[in-house]
Amino acid sequence: MSNTVIHAENISRKYGAVQALSEVSFDVTKGEVFGLIGPDGAGKTTLFRILTTLLLADSGSASVEGFDVRNQYKEIRRRVGYMPGRFSLYQDLSVEENLDFFATVFNTTIKENYHLVKDIYVQLEPFKKRKAGALSGGMKQKLALCCALIHKPGVLFLDEPTTGVDPVSRKEFWEMLGNLKRGGISILVSTPYMDEAEKCDTIALIQKGSFLKIDSPENIVNDFGHSLWEVSGKNMFALLKDLRSFPGIRSCFPFGDTHHVTFSDESISSDKLKKFLELKGHEDTFLRRGKAGIEDCFMNLSHEDDIL
Amino acid sequence: MKQFFVFIKKEFRHIFRDTWTVIILLVLPILMLVLFGYALSTDVKNTEIAVIDPSRDAATEKIISLLDLSDYFNVSLTVESPDQIEDVFRGDNPGLILVFSENFYEEIMHTGEASIQLIADGTDPNTAVTIYNYATAIIMSYQQELLRVQSFPYEINITPRYLYNPEMKSSYNFVPGVMGMIIMLVCAMMTSISIAREKETGTMEIILVSPMKPIVIILSKVVPYFFLSCVNLATILLLAVFLLDVPIAGSLFTLVILSFIYIFVSLAIGLLISSIANSQIVALLISGMALMMPVMYLSGMMFPVENMPLPLQFASHILPAKWYIAAAKKVMIKGLGFSSIVKEMLVLSIMAVVLISVSLKKFKTRLE
Amino acid sequence: MNIVTTEKLTKKFGSFTAVDHISFQVARGEIFGFLGANGAGKTTAMRMLCGLSKPTSGTGSVAGFDIYRQTEDIKRNIGYMSQKFSLYEDLTVRENIRLYGGIYGIKEKEIKPRTDSLLDELGFLSEKNSLVKSLPLGWKQKLSFSVAVFHDPGIVFLDEPTGGVDPSTRRQFWELIYKAADRGITVFVTTHYMDEAEYCDRVSIMVDGRIDALDSPGRLREQYESKTMDGVFQHLARNATRQAD
Repeated sequence: MSNTVIHAENISRKYGAVQALSEVSFDVTKGEVFGLIGPDGAGKTTLFRILTTLLLADSGSASVEGFDVRNQYKEIRRRVGYMPGRFSLYQDLSVEENLDFFATVFNTTIKENYHLVKDIYVQLEPFKKRKAGALSGGMKQKLALCCALIHKPGVLFLDEPTTGVDPVSRKEFWEMLGNLKRGGISILVSTPYMDEAEKCDTIALIQKGSFLKIDSPENIVNDFGHSLWEVSGKNMFALLKDLRSFPGIRSCFPFGDTHHVTFSDESISSDKLKKFLELKGHEDTFLRRGKAGIEDCFMNLSHEDDIL
Repeated sequence: MKQFFVFIKKEFRHIFRDTWTVIILLVLPILMLVLFGYALSTDVKNTEIAVIDPSRDAATEKIISLLDLSDYFNVSLTVESPDQIEDVFRGDNPGLILVFSENFYEEIMHTGEASIQLIADGTDPNTAVTIYNYATAIIMSYQQELLRVQSFPYEINITPRYLYNPEMKSSYNFVPGVMGMIIMLVCAMMTSISIAREKETGTMEIILVSPMKPIVIILSKVVPYFFLSCVNLATILLLAVFLLDVPIAGSLFTLVILSFIYIFVSLAIGLLISSIANSQIVALLISGMALMMPVMYLSGMMFPVENMPLPLQFASHILPAKWYIAAAKKVMIKGLGFSSIVKEMLVLSIMAVVLISVSLKKFKTRLE
Repeated sequence: MNIVTTEKLTKKFGSFTAVDHISFQVARGEIFGFLGANGAGKTTAMRMLCGLSKPTSGTGSVAGFDIYRQTEDIKRNIGYMSQKFSLYEDLTVRENIRLYGGIYGIKEKEIKPRTDSLLDELGFLSEKNSLVKSLPLGWKQKLSFSVAVFHDPGIVFLDEPTGGVDPSTRRQFWELIYKAADRGITVFVTTHYMDEAEYCDRVSIMVDGRIDALDSPGRLREQYESKTMDGVFQHLARNATRQAD
């Protein structure tokens, strides 16, 4: 049996005049966490719906666990777990009732597969009588994950599970995904948060319906292709404007407490930049070589032509 | 099978955990029936009558006492002259003023003709007409009495006949109408809204991406509302018989079978709406505007179909409610048997088969 | 000079204390980051400051007006932008600006030139007659921010303005924030992106209804011995005991 769990080839899909996806191809291998990284409206949800057999592609083909999404959708529906982007549980049912309902819908019982959700469900157990609608964002996410897992799916489709969730709950959520992966489940997950990319084995950077790049996060970062400098100073906003007026600057973006700068000419020395900034009245500027992150790569790839 | 029962259990939980749904499903039907039966009824009881009687003879006294004795009127005031009519209406505000001609009895005896003028408050035309009709009926009954006693002939111009509703109770007409409306409301509106809600919250996505067969999803959405419609049907019939004194003249069994067919039609319409509507508000608007309004106005529940302009009469033929209400009236009030509603049954059955097969075909196994 | 001052500001819902005696000041012209986990009480606190919700106890003033008695004055002198509600999708860009200009009582003859200069600055002039729903999300967010500060409020409240926006638009958005701050508008912003916390002059972190930390990002990082604001946040928010929203 092949190791490919999800296979997609040249998938395109239009909504009216909008090309939601154009010619998207990729493979997910067994036991892999595959991340779709991109902003809202990039086409992530459309791709999820096509792979979970909820939508038909206009062209291209795709299979999940060897079954065709168009013709063998019933087989796929038996085998996958899906967590849509919106909060998709019954708000007026309790935590326990929700889990019990989804277990039955998928022809199983909580008892039979409790071991799969145990680690996550113990955190919910104190609130099991509470209505799902009254849970906090992080808790809702955990319950939705339990419901998607309860029938022991081979592949999990998680569409933006961490959107709008605070950083602490997000971190916990990714730790849970790590455990599931070790349990042998393949996961396709999407997120608009670039910092979550490094938690995936392979990522696809997606924008405006096309993949900018597919590779491991390490390779994507290593392929950045430009030396990156971190610049900081006292008045960061003035510094940003002046950096952009420096001749030979290729890109300059604020990144937390520093600005990330690349030069169009690699031979430009940092001393030259420092002098330029001093002339502009920035006295205490601090320059050092930095390492590009996924977000640098994303912006670099999405703005090849007009980087500023 | 277990999936099916769990789904139904879940559906009932949704229904009973939402106060407004419970009110719409269980309280509204009762409220509507009572409202139509009592408050909106055009029945007239104990209407005050003022009398102008210049002749004061045996005939006028007899008529006045007949009116006074009936449940509908109380003769409370005697007015001396017609000049006071407007003042009387402004002051004591009677429902009707009765004006006898002078020498009333004499004229009947000799010319065979006498006149009574009935003056009603026209600001509420419906009530005025009803009052007028009742009063006329009572006066006619006196005329008939005279006819029997006396030997010479009278010419009787108007005879109001109320064949199937001798007491002219308007609730008789409303009960089948309310049944037609409530069943449509519960089945079509609630089913379509409950499916649209699952689309809105995203749970429909998960259900679709599950091994549950579409037919099971549909059935489990439909069964709770079928059950609730039956409860409503029973409530309405019980209330009608015991509270509004509207008897079921025909066979209860025929009425129930007829109602079941109508329920199926309504459920199929609900499913159809849900395949178009992606949000609760759209489902509500479609079922509200496209179903409730025509049912109220075109089905014959409020206005008789025969009095409508031709295009509207034609439009009313495509409304399932029209056929249901017509047949229900025949069975419930006229007490007619199965053979008299064969046409209605047939139309409804065809509608049911067509709508159910279309809505099953239309139900999407995918999002689009 | 402080544009926001609160003293032991508290909001209770029944027995649940959503905001628990918070006291802080925001200086005029400052970019103030208001962080906290889901359910820590950020939204409730922000609602009280905007005059939308009456505090249970404590005192506070915004733009010089009392948050108990002068809520109408507060509303006139602040800007507000949330992730959910921003602009009318079925109105054009120009109609939206016109509408908000009217709501905040800007003079008729001023609205047009100001609309043009705003659109010019955003590079949206060509889109001024497009329906808002046809714009990409990033553009909408930039536009709704510009509309929120169109009437030159003393302070603008931003509730997760950059959620789901692509990285470069997110940065363009922050440049708009900097420009507004340069014009003297105080910016009060919540976010789940920890790199954005670094762009703020000062940051407060709410845990269980209290403000557990308040300082410049640099000093917070020093104090909690962390390289990033994410580290500071994780350190503080992990102590939270509250679960419900």
